[in-house]
Amino acid sequence: MTIKRKACIAGAFEHPTRKAPDKSVAQLHAEVARGALADAGLERKDVDGYFCAGDAPGLGGLSMLDYLGLKVRHVDTTETGGSSYLIHVAHAAEAIAAGKCNVALITLAGRPRSEGSSGTQARNYGASAPDAAFESPYGPATANMYGMVAMRHMHEFGTTGEQLAWIKVAASRHAQHNPNAMLREVVSVEDVLASPMIADPLHRLDCCVVSDGGGALVVTRPEIARGLKRPLINVLGAGEAVKGQAGGRIDLTWSASRWSGAAAFAEAGVKPADIQYVSIYDSFTITVLIQLEDLGFCAKGEGGRFVADGGLVSGSGRLPFNTDGGGLCNNHPANRGGMTKVIEAVRQLRGEAHPAVQVKNCALALANGTGGQLASRHGSATLILERA
Amino acid sequence: MKIPSPAMNPENKAFFDATRAGKLLLGKCLACKQVHYYPRAFCPHCNGKTEWVAAKGSGKLYSYSVMRRVAEPYAIAYVTLDEGVSVLTNMVDCDIDRLRIGEPVRVVFKPAEGGEMIPMFTPA
Repeated sequence: MTIKRKACIAGAFEHPTRKAPDKSVAQLHAEVARGALADAGLERKDVDGYFCAGDAPGLGGLSMLDYLGLKVRHVDTTETGGSSYLIHVAHAAEAIAAGKCNVALITLAGRPRSEGSSGTQARNYGASAPDAAFESPYGPATANMYGMVAMRHMHEFGTTGEQLAWIKVAASRHAQHNPNAMLREVVSVEDVLASPMIADPLHRLDCCVVSDGGGALVVTRPEIARGLKRPLINVLGAGEAVKGQAGGRIDLTWSASRWSGAAAFAEAGVKPADIQYVSIYDSFTITVLIQLEDLGFCAKGEGGRFVADGGLVSGSGRLPFNTDGGGLCNNHPANRGGMTKVIEAVRQLRGEAHPAVQVKNCALALANGTGGQLASRHGSATLILERA
Repeated sequence: MKIPSPAMNPENKAFFDATRAGKLLLGKCLACKQVHYYPRAFCPHCNGKTEWVAAKGSGKLYSYSVMRRVAEPYAIAYVTLDEGVSVLTNMVDCDIDRLRIGEPVRVVFKPAEGGEMIPMFTPA
């Protein structure tokens, strides 16, 4: 069975806040849920499927369903870190195709900025994680784990800090047009390289923002979507994959996006050259570069040359990316960037991105997410979406 | 630098007993004979039962990153052991500004806050 054209993204909403010290996480989830339903033109009573991940407070959806007062017949709390929400879209499409629900609501929210979260803190996924004893003594934070990926890529392929900086430069040129973006100042390659080193070889401006907020999506069946007053956005293909340390056979130069991307392209029946816009998870600049290679937009090792000299700038570059400013400049709510990747892809396909960054006649887009730690164990998810 | 104590459990206890005796243990599968790291009771390659084998303790630096925005900068690293598996670790007892990918390294053991000995690496 395929999910090709079996479901549509009918509602998408990004919370405008980037700092919410006076709100609870559950409250933010409720606000984005309301926003996405209003965007779709659907009501709370229409929702019969609910999807959330580890950012949702309480136990796996139970607390949020109770808080929201929803009665659903399908629940999915798949957790693959920041890539979860792309997988939720795919799983919602599967559930809809199988007749398990008609209107699926997906929410994400968090307040890491108000809570003082930082990518330089050692991450702890719990003492019972089987890997914990062999990793926690060494101070694995987010920034240094991704730093090791960048360091190895530079070593094997000659990738440079200047090339990575171009990814941030492109994001900043897009973010200047987003009034809600956390960082709206356009930066140069020199600015990135002059920013403080966080974890070699990643500078401060190679790292995404830490922001409060959230986002939500509504996925529904085409028969229902056609009756709504929004452009029809089809789910064309999806892929999900997880890559770990493989018992110590570690290769940091590629990610699970190699697998999730191949699956999504095969299901959609399209190829990278057909894609007009991409949302690429940008926890760090290196994350983008690795995914672009693994998705087949360029050969392995060629990512640096692909992104350099404005390669990702909308309107002039070879592949417009993250036109909302991405996680690098706009928003990275709950330290999880997958949700906002899907939302901006939907805006592009609807023609609702900012006019300065809107891709002309955008009919085919790809959103890609990674979650967890690229250097140890991570999930990857790919969605290919089309405007009907 | 303070080293956080590892989360001990019945499956990993032998590993940290061995580090107190100056040994770095790997997992080896009784069925497919392949070594793996981090070590576990089930082989990640074939799910066979495993035994402990001692590593020689030498290898090459695969990648590293120096965390700068902390009170005491430190180098996290992956080291590829001569046995073929890569291990997450820290580079210590050296100038962390002069690390080179590919350089030969050897294991040393450093005490964690709770007294457990933690395998780390230094240029050979």
